Amino acid sequence: MSLLARLIGGVPARSLWCLGVLLVLLLVAPTLLGKYGLSVLILVLYFAFVGQAWNIMMGFAGQLSLGHALYAGVGGYIAAGLFFHYGIGPWAGVFVAVAAAVAAGSIVGYLGFRFSLAGVYFALLTIAFSEFTRIAFDHWGWAGGSGGLFLKVDATSDILNLRGGPLLFYYVILALAAGTFVLCRALLESRLGRYWLAIREDPEAAQAVGVPVLRCKMIAIMISAALTALAGVWNAFYYNNLFPETAFAMGRSIEFTLAPIIGGLGTLFGPIVGAVVLTGLGEIFTDLSEVFHISGLKQIFYGLALLVIVMYRPAGVWPWIADRFGFGEKRR
Amino acid sequence: MTADFLLSLAQAITKGLLTGMVYGLMALGLSVIFGVMRVVNFAHGEIMVVGMYLAWMGFEYLQVSPMLSLPVIALIFFGAGYALQRAVISPFIGRPEHQQFLLLLAIAILLVNAYLVVAGPDSRGVQMESQFDSYELGPFVFDAVRVHAALTAVVIAGLLWLFFTRTRTGKSIRAAADNNLGALVVGLDVRRLYAFTFGVGAACVGAAGALMITIIPVTPFLAAEYTLLAFVIVIVGGLGSMTGALAGGLLIGVSEAVAGLLLQPSLKSMVSFGILILVLLLRPQGLFGKSGP
Repeated sequence: MSLLARLIGGVPARSLWCLGVLLVLLLVAPTLLGKYGLSVLILVLYFAFVGQAWNIMMGFAGQLSLGHALYAGVGGYIAAGLFFHYGIGPWAGVFVAVAAAVAAGSIVGYLGFRFSLAGVYFALLTIAFSEFTRIAFDHWGWAGGSGGLFLKVDATSDILNLRGGPLLFYYVILALAAGTFVLCRALLESRLGRYWLAIREDPEAAQAVGVPVLRCKMIAIMISAALTALAGVWNAFYYNNLFPETAFAMGRSIEFTLAPIIGGLGTLFGPIVGAVVLTGLGEIFTDLSEVFHISGLKQIFYGLALLVIVMYRPAGVWPWIADRFGFGEKRR
Repeated sequence: MTADFLLSLAQAITKGLLTGMVYGLMALGLSVIFGVMRVVNFAHGEIMVVGMYLAWMGFEYLQVSPMLSLPVIALIFFGAGYALQRAVISPFIGRPEHQQFLLLLAIAILLVNAYLVVAGPDSRGVQMESQFDSYELGPFVFDAVRVHAALTAVVIAGLLWLFFTRTRTGKSIRAAADNNLGALVVGLDVRRLYAFTFGVGAACVGAAGALMITIIPVTPFLAAEYTLLAFVIVIVGGLGSMTGALAGGLLIGVSEAVAGLLLQPSLKSMVSFGILILVLLLRPQGLFGKSGP
């Protein structure tokens, strides 16, 4: 009971009610929405989930990673490869996938933190590892090389092998997103969470007062990599194909960072609000550019929207909404 | 080790050195901007690709050689860079890195898709007669275009060095980079100097683009690769160091050419990223950088 009490302690009753209503709405959403609506909602939840995972690294512990595609790619490839080659289903394969991603994260993290790289330098190290792995996968036959790895598309529902229609994937990603939301709240309320915030605000001061800086940063990258690997596994089985060019692309890593930055770094709701804004804008602009029949127009709208948001709401959209409507979650 | 192999290795190295000079010029722009403003230009490759497109358009529609349109492009880029810094980037100086990153990412997305709309996704190159010329020196054969591009890059780098060491504005910019507060105290208009610096950085990378188009055709999707390449070069050489950027360019140019010869060509950037990782871990200030990051 004390865990629950800590999780909801200090949260206004109004916010709890809103959360409850939101959860119920999400649970019944598939019956309310059509096929298109469900696919959009799946995207929103996916970006909210990976955004939450990235936010642990950057928003909580203050370490800028621009190479998170590495963990999603490694996770997705391993689970898909085990299924493709040996028929090992993803529910078992996911453990191997997560373990491999955590190992990759530990290597990047240990090298980066041990040699005290920070800011842009650390970000470049993460990019370098991700790009390095991309080229390696391009030449690795087991993973299909640059030709890609394809899973057989199977319409029959087989939950044991994570095969099925959008409904199955919707509930899986909803469970992941909701679970991670609760996990993040618990982490923030824990001693570890306080340590992270101390490190983010001033690493030297944190070190001076006895915060185990290296260990805390390592835990952050390991948790973040594990969650991102889950997203990678989900993504591989949802789309049924994997290419090194997209799975490890820098563009993929950047995609992961957008929702939390736009929503509000270091906040619990930031990644969720950011995912709604981004996916919503993306869909609107897709429709708009179809009217004009010009390729690239969608991305121009998208770039303009990003520019406007970062120029006028640099701290993110959610803190601004929260202030205006009194939801009371402040950036920690 | 046959003589043939040694000769082709030497050829690859010289080719790498020549391309590397152009890489160096590109990276110089990034290094100057970071060294002075502490802003990481995540749209660097995208800005260079604009230069490549302008040079291509000049050649295609006005029949002007990229070498001749280069000064015009550099001038346009100086003006555009100055304006961009003043209007958009200026308020972000000193803000957290992720905000600068998002701002420049938005600019990069706008640029890439602007030329996707204007020029389409096809690869565009220039066909000049000098591309078939070559200079021979004993057993060595040098591509004429690469030699011209490398020499031009050296001249531009020399001019830049003169600007930063001999002119009043150049010295003021270095003063502002060394000690921002001190520069303000002695009455330098730091905001104007920053805009000037961004203009100079953009002019460098625009000129590099005009040279690059004579070597490699351009597509919109090259931009992100060039941004990464510029980062690799600048970090390897030492972020903020001018000699470092040039030397890093040469090193990466040679490593790419040699890796392309010894390994599969598709593995060549793996070697560059490998070098980047090693430098970051063992000498994060870069091969020519002075102090730690």
